[in-house]
Amino acid sequence: MKNLLSITDLDRDDLETMLSLSEDFLHVTERDIPKVPALQGKVVVSLFYEDSTRTRISFETAAKRLSCDVMSFSVGSSSVNKGEGLRDTVQTIAAMGVDAVVVRHSAAGAPNRVASWIDASIINAGDGSHEHPTQALLDLLTLRRKRGSDLSGLRVAIVGDIVHSRVARSLVLGLDAVGAHTTLVAPPTLLPDSLEGWPVDVTHDLDSLLPELDVLYLLRIQRERQSASRLPSLREYTARWGLTVERASRLKPDTLVMHPGPMNRGVEIAAEVAEGPASLIKEQVTNGVAVRMAVLYTLLGSGGTVA
Amino acid sequence: MIDATGERDADVLIADGRVVEVGPGLRGDSELDAAGCVIAPGLVDLHVHLREPGNEDAETIDTGARAAALGGFTAIVAMPNTEPPHDDPTVVASVLAAGAVSLCDVHAAGCITEGRAGAALAPMGELYALGSRIFTDDGACVAEAGVMRRALEYATSLPGAVIAQHAEDPSLADGGHMHEGEWSSRLGITGRPADAENVIVARDCMLAELTGGRVHFLHVSTAGAVELVRSAKARGLAVTAEAAPHHFTLTDAECASFDPVFKVHPPLRSAKDVAAIKIGLADGTIDAIATDHAPHAVETKERPFEEAPPGMLGLETALALTITELVEPGVLSLPEALALLSWRPAAIAGLADHGGPIAPGSAANLCVIDLNVTWRVDPLRLASKSRNTPYVGRTLKGRARHTILRGVPVVVDGQACR
Repeated sequence: MKNLLSITDLDRDDLETMLSLSEDFLHVTERDIPKVPALQGKVVVSLFYEDSTRTRISFETAAKRLSCDVMSFSVGSSSVNKGEGLRDTVQTIAAMGVDAVVVRHSAAGAPNRVASWIDASIINAGDGSHEHPTQALLDLLTLRRKRGSDLSGLRVAIVGDIVHSRVARSLVLGLDAVGAHTTLVAPPTLLPDSLEGWPVDVTHDLDSLLPELDVLYLLRIQRERQSASRLPSLREYTARWGLTVERASRLKPDTLVMHPGPMNRGVEIAAEVAEGPASLIKEQVTNGVAVRMAVLYTLLGSGGTVA
Repeated sequence: MIDATGERDADVLIADGRVVEVGPGLRGDSELDAAGCVIAPGLVDLHVHLREPGNEDAETIDTGARAAALGGFTAIVAMPNTEPPHDDPTVVASVLAAGAVSLCDVHAAGCITEGRAGAALAPMGELYALGSRIFTDDGACVAEAGVMRRALEYATSLPGAVIAQHAEDPSLADGGHMHEGEWSSRLGITGRPADAENVIVARDCMLAELTGGRVHFLHVSTAGAVELVRSAKARGLAVTAEAAPHHFTLTDAECASFDPVFKVHPPLRSAKDVAAIKIGLADGTIDAIATDHAPHAVETKERPFEEAPPGMLGLETALALTITELVEPGVLSLPEALALLSWRPAAIAGLADHGGPIAPGSAANLCVIDLNVTWRVDPLRLASKSRNTPYVGRTLKGRARHTILRGVPVVVDGQACR
C-alpha cells in the first residue's frame, strides 16, 4: 500500500491488520520512553491547508515516536501566501526528498490530486467534506478496545451534520467493513442529497433510537450552517438532536458516547455528558496517535516487526 | 455529399468563394481529394468561449478559430463572457475584427444585461447593428424573471434575435461543483441539482409564451429540461435548445477521479440524463450540438476540484464524438447528425452563408469529413492554447479532413493552412 486517501484503500483484512498493529503501537505509547527507531531517517511532512489542532499534533507525535524527521508546513507562513499553487508547493516539497506527506485541505480530493503529482506516500488527514480515514481508524480502534475485536452487529448512530462531514463518510464505510449496523440521524437539511449505496439506515428521530444504541457518535454542528438556511437555530437543533443530560439518561447504561472534536459544548453535546463515564472522547484522541503510527509504519516501514 | 436537401455522389466546383456547380465529373484548377469522404456544409458552433479580450493565456480569437477550422467548423459564435464582456459595441467590434482575419467566421453573441450582472439591459440594438443575433449572459443565468421577461420582449423588436439562457438558478446551483446526486454525496462535493436547470427552463418557456419572444436554451443537460423543451415545442412556442458533446458522452461518475478536467457548468449528469439527451437529439427536441468550448490555462486546472474553474475544450472533438457516440451506435443517422452540427444551428443564429445547402450560388463554406479514420485524443496535439480536454487517451472515429472557408481551403488533410 502506498497511499491512504480513503478508508476504502483498506479491505477488510487490511483493516484488521491495521487495527491490530495500532494496538501494538498503543502499548509502545504506554512505555516510559514511548519511542521506537522503526522509521529512523524517514522524512514526513505535514502539509495542512486548514486549521487543525488534534490531527496535526497527533500525526506529528506519531511520526516522532517512530523516529521520523518531521517537517511542518503551515500555509500561513509559506509561499502559498505569495500565490504559489498546490502543485508547485507539493512538487517543491517532494524535490527535497520526502517519504510521506500528510495532507489536510479544505477541498475534497486534494490528497488524490497531490498523489497524482508526486511519488511520496500521501496520507489524507481530512479533505473537505470527503474523507478522514485515520479518524475512522482511531474510532474503530477505540470501539475495539471497549468491545473486543468483533464489532459485528454493533448498533451505532451517527448524529449531526452528515452532509458536510468527512468523518461520517469514512466512518460509515469503516463500520460497514467490520459488520456494525449504522443509523444516520440528522435534520433532512444536513443529510446528503443521495444515500444511494450507503450501508446505513436513516432517521430524523433520535429519541426513538436512544434505548437501542450501543454507540452514539456525535458530530460537530458548524455554526455557519445556520446562515445557509439549513437550520432554524442552534437552540432548535439542541432541542431536537442534541445529546442533553435528559437524553443521555435514556441511553442503555453501557452505551458509549463518541465525538471526533472539536466539540460545541451545549450544542450537540452537554458538557456533563462529554465529561461523563460513557464518554470516550479522550480515549479517541489517545488512540489517534497509535493509529497514525500504524499507518505511517505500514506505508513507510520495511515490513519488519514492531520493536 | 450531404446537405439539408439530401445525399448524392457529386463533385463541387468552387470559384470566387461561391459554389458554381454541383455534379459528377467536374474538374478545377486545383482539386481537393474527397474520395471515400463526405462533403458537408461547414459545421456551425453556437457556443464557444474564445477568452479574448481578457484571458488570452487560455485562448485567443485566432487560436480558437484555428481549432474550430481543424474541427470542421466554418462559423462559431463567441460567447460574451470576456473581460470586458460583449456589452459594448467597441468590444464586439474588436472581436469581429480579429475574427475576420482568422480561419473561421466568428460571430459575437451580445450580452443580455450590462456586465452580465442580470439587472440592466445591455445595448442590444447597437450590438444587433454590428451583427449580433444571439444574446446571452452565458456563464451566468438571467435569474430574475422580470429581467428575462423584459429582455425577451425587447428582443422581439430585433428580427432574428434570440435570447439564449444559461439555465441554472443560482440560488440552487451556486456553491455547487458537480451534479447533485449519488456521486456528489459520496465524494462530499456540493452539488448543482438538475432542478436548478429545470426550474429556469420551465419558467423561461412560460415567459416565451407571455412575451412571444424567442428563447434558446444553452447546453441543456437534464432529462427534465429535455422534456420541458419537448412540451414547449408541442405547444408551438419559439423555443430551441442545444446540447454539448460532454453531456451525451460523460457522466458524473467521472468526477470520482477528482480531476477538474471533468468540472463544467452545467455539470456532467447521471446516466439517465445522458440517455434523455440522446433521445432529445434523435427526436428533434434538441436543435443543435454546440461545444461550449471553454479553454482554461493549465495552472488553473491544477487545483483541487472545488477550486478549479468549470469548462472543457470541445472544438476539435465535437465531430468525432458525434460520430463515435451517436452515429456509430445508431442513435442518429449521419444526415441527422450533420443537421445538428451545421444547418440547424446556422438557422438559429441566422447565418445565411453557413449550413448549406451546397448549391450553385451558395457561399462555399464546406467541410470534408473522413468517417473511417480513428485517432487518439492527445492534448498536446490539439490546436487550442489550452489542454483541458476530458477525452485524453480516448480513441475516436471520424475527423474533418478539409475545411473550406469562403472557397479557401483553410484545412487540408487535417493540417491548418497556418
